[in-house]
Amino acid sequence: MAGVADQRSATRVRGEPSILLRLWRNKDTRSVILQILTMALLFAFLAYIINNAMLNLAVLGKTFSFDFLGFPASYDINQRLIEYTSQSTHFRAMLVGILNTALVAFFGIITATIVGFLFGIIRLSNNWIASHIVYCIIEFTRNVPVLLHILLIHGIIVHVLPSPRQAHTLADSIFLSNRGLTIPDPIFGEGFSYTVIAFFVAVGIIVTFYRWARKARDERGKIYPVFWISAGILFGLPFLVFLLSGSPLGWEVPTLGRFNLKGGITMIPEFLALWLALSLYTSAFIAEIVRAGILAISKGQWEASQAVGLQRNRILQLVIIPQALRVIIPPLTSQYLNLTKNSSLAIAIGYMDIVATIGGISMMQTGKEMESMILVLSIYLCFSLVISAFMNWYNQRIKLVER
Amino acid sequence: MRIFISLIAVLFMASATNAGTLEDVKARGVLNCIVNTGLPGFSYTDKAGRWKGFDADMCRSVAAAVIGDGEKVKFIPATGKTRFTLLNSKEGDVIFRNTTWTFVRDVDVKLAFLPTTYYDGQGFIIRKSKGVKSAKELDGATICIQTGTTTELNLADYFRANKISYKPVPIESNEEARKNYLADRCDTYTTDASGLAATRATFDKPGDHLILPEIISKEPLGPVVRHGDDQWADIVRWTVYALITAEEQGITAANADKMGAKSNDPNVKRLLGTEGNLGGMLGLDKDWAKRAIKAQGNYAEIFERNVGPKTPIGLARGLNANYKNGGLLYAPPFR
Repeated sequence: MAGVADQRSATRVRGEPSILLRLWRNKDTRSVILQILTMALLFAFLAYIINNAMLNLAVLGKTFSFDFLGFPASYDINQRLIEYTSQSTHFRAMLVGILNTALVAFFGIITATIVGFLFGIIRLSNNWIASHIVYCIIEFTRNVPVLLHILLIHGIIVHVLPSPRQAHTLADSIFLSNRGLTIPDPIFGEGFSYTVIAFFVAVGIIVTFYRWARKARDERGKIYPVFWISAGILFGLPFLVFLLSGSPLGWEVPTLGRFNLKGGITMIPEFLALWLALSLYTSAFIAEIVRAGILAISKGQWEASQAVGLQRNRILQLVIIPQALRVIIPPLTSQYLNLTKNSSLAIAIGYMDIVATIGGISMMQTGKEMESMILVLSIYLCFSLVISAFMNWYNQRIKLVER
Repeated sequence: MRIFISLIAVLFMASATNAGTLEDVKARGVLNCIVNTGLPGFSYTDKAGRWKGFDADMCRSVAAAVIGDGEKVKFIPATGKTRFTLLNSKEGDVIFRNTTWTFVRDVDVKLAFLPTTYYDGQGFIIRKSKGVKSAKELDGATICIQTGTTTELNLADYFRANKISYKPVPIESNEEARKNYLADRCDTYTTDASGLAATRATFDKPGDHLILPEIISKEPLGPVVRHGDDQWADIVRWTVYALITAEEQGITAANADKMGAKSNDPNVKRLLGTEGNLGGMLGLDKDWAKRAIKAQGNYAEIFERNVGPKTPIGLARGLNANYKNGGLLYAPPFR
């Protein structure tokens, strides 16, 4: 018997898998091993490319440094939201570029959202002509690359619109030419601050009114026309104060100079083209997202709302849209990110965004390709993270509250 | 996008020294030459798709000297912005693209500038109907510029020095700038005077446009190679000098063979490889310069054929005449 037992234990020892194999066969330890291996490979890969880049830069005799950001940029930028001259630093040129990207992304997102929601709703309307016209617009816009939209609109502005001397004009104060859209520049006189204060007071009143009206609705079932009253307060109060304080606002009307319109605010063709093209392109996608969001709400919700006697617009406002928004917001976020990133196509028409300033001229004039590209990539990353963070916050707020 | 590709190349390509361009070119059997995307007279494609022009011909001369066949050139069109990245990522062996030699580019951007092939200066072109006679009258004008070039910096300096203002319209290529200028998106277009003349030659009514008298900068244009490969720099440098010396000595594409065999002038014989072995010192063979000259002709022939007075561009030799005729072209001796 002892012999048999010995034999058995001997067999076990011979067939005993090594410790590594045992760890590998265990599901939990295997996953740890795989993760360690993956991380090791990833770090090895990163170390390799960083080391390689440094070696290659050394071979080219280049150093890796961001000192150039402090040197004078020596070039001019046509659209600048902050003070900038050719004597400013490359860092400031980068800021100008960041603001230009932010400007076009901000206006683009607002316009795309408004147009997209409109298109999405019209697409669902019972009016056959309206819904099919919008259908054609959407299909055309979203199936043509956005770069072509940008070039097309820029081409139309530059080649079709007249030169400044023959500019289309509205009341001799708004001018549209191939140099852009020029509007009068407001000059704020003394006492205009009262109007600004009145505006903020109006906002405060509206918030209070909104809360009160909501409470009245919940407690007494009384419904006030909140929108119209709010709009009245928002515009009426500041306007009243503006008149009472003696209309302290002048306009600097553009006049024709030797070459261009002088004075006023000019939206250059590059900005107009980029803004219109990006908003139009993105609005087509947003329209489909909105349509999908509304269609995702089951018919039962409509029928139930009708059964309790709600009117159509109240149904939309109180039942359908709040639920549809939950479907709409996540894909909408990615459209906003797309629009912001697509704005880098500005380079095609010479709009001075991040890519054209720090990732273009500054890079070219200083020869700091690696540093400039790292900056450009990080800036876009920041833009995207900020937009995502905001949209996630909003999504969190409107999501279904489960009790 | 090419910049990204090139940067990725910098990340991944096996790290090696910059030396060895000659071996690379010989092994490949093709010279990768970075040229302008399209500038009439300097580098452009004709209707048959063949690259033509002053710079394109220079590329062929170098290819003939190194590889033995002036047609073994792969032309890599580049904008002002992409050219140096393309060179540094080794997509190209040499730049022949109206590139201005400046201190920063030479010293800080780490490029090796070779002899100037065209002495130029920055000018302005404007419609005669605008009634402008001098660049100093351009206050408030909208100006088209090629972005990523020295012209952008000169323009800022010139207007600042003269205390006048302008609105820049940055544009990627000469062709785009031409379109914008013709559409009156900008009042005037500024670039090297040679480029203005070349561009004006393509207008429907060249006579309606005026090149202003002011030349606001020095633009010595010439070939560029990577820092750190002295042998390759020498080859391109002395190929250019060979073309200049050939004009000086009266050697042309047609008579190069005969001159080499029959001339009694030791200077000519050394250049054409019938005496001594200058080519061997470069890592080439004896006939390198003869092949370069035979490929596209000497400097004068290349100039006259592409941009000279008999072409629509109609540029005079001016500063680009040989020093014997009062110009700046002066090649060191071949000995």
